[in-house]
Amino acid sequence: MVPTSYYLVLSAVLFGLGVIAFVFKRNIITIFMSIELMLNAVNLAFVSFSRALGQLQGQVFVFFVIVVAAAEAAVGLAIIILINRNRGTLNVERVDSLKD
Amino acid sequence: MPVLTYLWIIPLLPLAGAAANGIFGRNWSKGTVTTVALSSTTLAFAAALEAVREFLSFPADQIPWIKSYFTWITAGTFRADFALQVDQLTVIMLLVVTGVGWLIHIYSSGYMHDDPGYRRFFSYLNLFMFFMLVLILAGNYLLMFVGWEGVGLCSYLLIGFYFLKQSATNAGNKAFWVNRIGDFGFILGVLLIFRTFGTLDFAAVLPRAAAMPSDPSGHVGVLTAIALLLFVGATGKSAQIPLYIWLPDAMEGPTPVSALIHAATMVTAGVYMVVRSHAIFLNAPTAMQVVGIIGCATALFAATIGLVQTDIKKVLAYSTVSQLGYMFLACGVGAFGAGVFHLMTHAFFKGLLFLAAGSVIHAMGGEQDMRKMGGLRKKIPVTFWTMFMATLAIAGAPGFSGFFSKDEILNEAQHVSPVLWGLGILTAGLTSFYMFRLLFLTFFGEQRYDEHHVHVHESPKNMLAPLIVLAILSVCGGWMAAPQLWGGVNHFKQFLAPVLDTASASAASESTGGGGSEIVQALFGAPVIAGLLGFLLAWWMYIKSPETPKKLAASLSAPYKLLSGKYFIDALYATVIVRPLVWISDTILWHCIDDGVIDGAVNGVAAVSRESGDRLRRVNSGNVRSYATWIIVGVLVFTSLLLWMVA
Repeated sequence: MVPTSYYLVLSAVLFGLGVIAFVFKRNIITIFMSIELMLNAVNLAFVSFSRALGQLQGQVFVFFVIVVAAAEAAVGLAIIILINRNRGTLNVERVDSLKD
Repeated sequence: MPVLTYLWIIPLLPLAGAAANGIFGRNWSKGTVTTVALSSTTLAFAAALEAVREFLSFPADQIPWIKSYFTWITAGTFRADFALQVDQLTVIMLLVVTGVGWLIHIYSSGYMHDDPGYRRFFSYLNLFMFFMLVLILAGNYLLMFVGWEGVGLCSYLLIGFYFLKQSATNAGNKAFWVNRIGDFGFILGVLLIFRTFGTLDFAAVLPRAAAMPSDPSGHVGVLTAIALLLFVGATGKSAQIPLYIWLPDAMEGPTPVSALIHAATMVTAGVYMVVRSHAIFLNAPTAMQVVGIIGCATALFAATIGLVQTDIKKVLAYSTVSQLGYMFLACGVGAFGAGVFHLMTHAFFKGLLFLAAGSVIHAMGGEQDMRKMGGLRKKIPVTFWTMFMATLAIAGAPGFSGFFSKDEILNEAQHVSPVLWGLGILTAGLTSFYMFRLLFLTFFGEQRYDEHHVHVHESPKNMLAPLIVLAILSVCGGWMAAPQLWGGVNHFKQFLAPVLDTASASAASESTGGGGSEIVQALFGAPVIAGLLGFLLAWWMYIKSPETPKKLAASLSAPYKLLSGKYFIDALYATVIVRPLVWISDTILWHCIDDGVIDGAVNGVAAVSRESGDRLRRVNSGNVRSYATWIIVGVLVFTSLLLWMVA
């Protein structure tokens, strides 16, 4: 049997990769994917704790996260398409009108 | 007791009139404005008469009648009610204020008829009546202070009524500022009363003050301190040395205002306040001496200035200052009843003198310089005769109202101090001289105006009627005291006795002990003779040989200049007080403290926020990933802090 800590370390590594990719990548699609990576790293942590503690809440929560992630994907991809149409680019550094 | 139960209705009526005209009257016709203003004062006068009628049928044990309507302020042990009080002193003031006020309102409807500020004038005048009634009906010092400040405000508004005239605005400001000094003393006195007695109600403070041991003469105990502080307030409001300087300038206001506020009612508020607080003053002999000396000095000082004034209203203004000095002289020698008596007769004859002067000015088309009048007797006979009555009254001609009140004051003063008495006699002579000088210059001699330019005409009926009523009062106003002449009772003094007796049994018994014979002597006594001499001198100088004054002024040029320059007191104050004050305000308070410290602090805070905001602005780059970085850094910092705290 694989110890819980292994899962947690894997989850942390995935989350860290997601964060790094989020911060350093320029392409919006990639950033979007890194968010998905972070969400799933969290899911992994939920599931591991659920199994380790013998409680179901963690697994139920994962379903919520998946549902939210699906909704987010639908909205997020739509936004990305609109950005691409309006600005002709997917480079996040050129989408900085928030500062105005 | 309908009116006595609803006493508040008396001050409220003029307030309603002021509010109606002031707030809603913008588009009302002149007739409506007049109706509102006059009916409110007429009703107030009627209500006052009814209140007095009810009051007179009261059993003595219900006096003073105190009615508390609601608690105004409570803070800790401090408590002030909206309480109104009626006793004999209030009754006299109430009748004088509402009666003379009513007459002057009627007069004003004629005098101010063509003034563009007609509505504003009446709304101020009604407001003044409200505050004055609050002042005299108040049952405690704090409510009295409200009225006190309110009449000061109205005085300021009405002196500066012609606000396009620089001199009128300045005079209004001067009156306001000089009164501030006095009011500061008054409020300090009120605070000291609260600290000493724990309450501000007249009904509680005065008996306790009377029961306290008297401060030894020459020693300033707490009662003396209170009395002196209150008297500082009185010198401001009632124009005594050293704060009298605002009253002559206050003549910039319309003449009915001079009559109502600056002769008959408001300026006597100081006398009223001192008489109201007589229990405190009687136990403070040092303060009494100060009051007597200041009063006597003011009476003489102002009378001498009045000798050489050429503006008809200025003469009357200095005369008012001088007569107020008489009232304080009376208070200072313990003759509070005589002071109130003179207050009342003065309200009649001085109100009349001002109204008659207004009628003269009206007839002359605005001219106030007596050197440009003369020979008006035949042209405006009613004005002449009424003014003649008032002049006889103020000069103390036997039988007229001023004779009784002035004689009583001087009589009482004689018991206390021969010096004060002598100076009082001298002042009586001077008073008679300058009043007859005014009368002769204005109504007798050759006419010194250009008949083609000035169309002299008698005033309309609504101006003459108040003159006639006041003339009757000036003649008869003192007859209440007349039985004393043949050894009878002075009804006025007897009427006031319950108020003044409670605390001043000694003073009252002393004054009633004087007996009638002395007053019989007084009929041909020094004041009358002094008045006669003043009259003869005026007659000789201005009728018999009219070139004498000029020669006299030339031969005595130094004293003449001193008098016509009003002793240069205004210049003295300007150099000693006003200019240093302006310099300090300008250089230190404005440029150092205001500009440097206060503005510096405010601007400094603004500059620091702007600078730091400018720096922080760069954080907000618009780049989503940089925001995310900040969030991550924040999360890391807080997580490690939490872990560190747990560990």
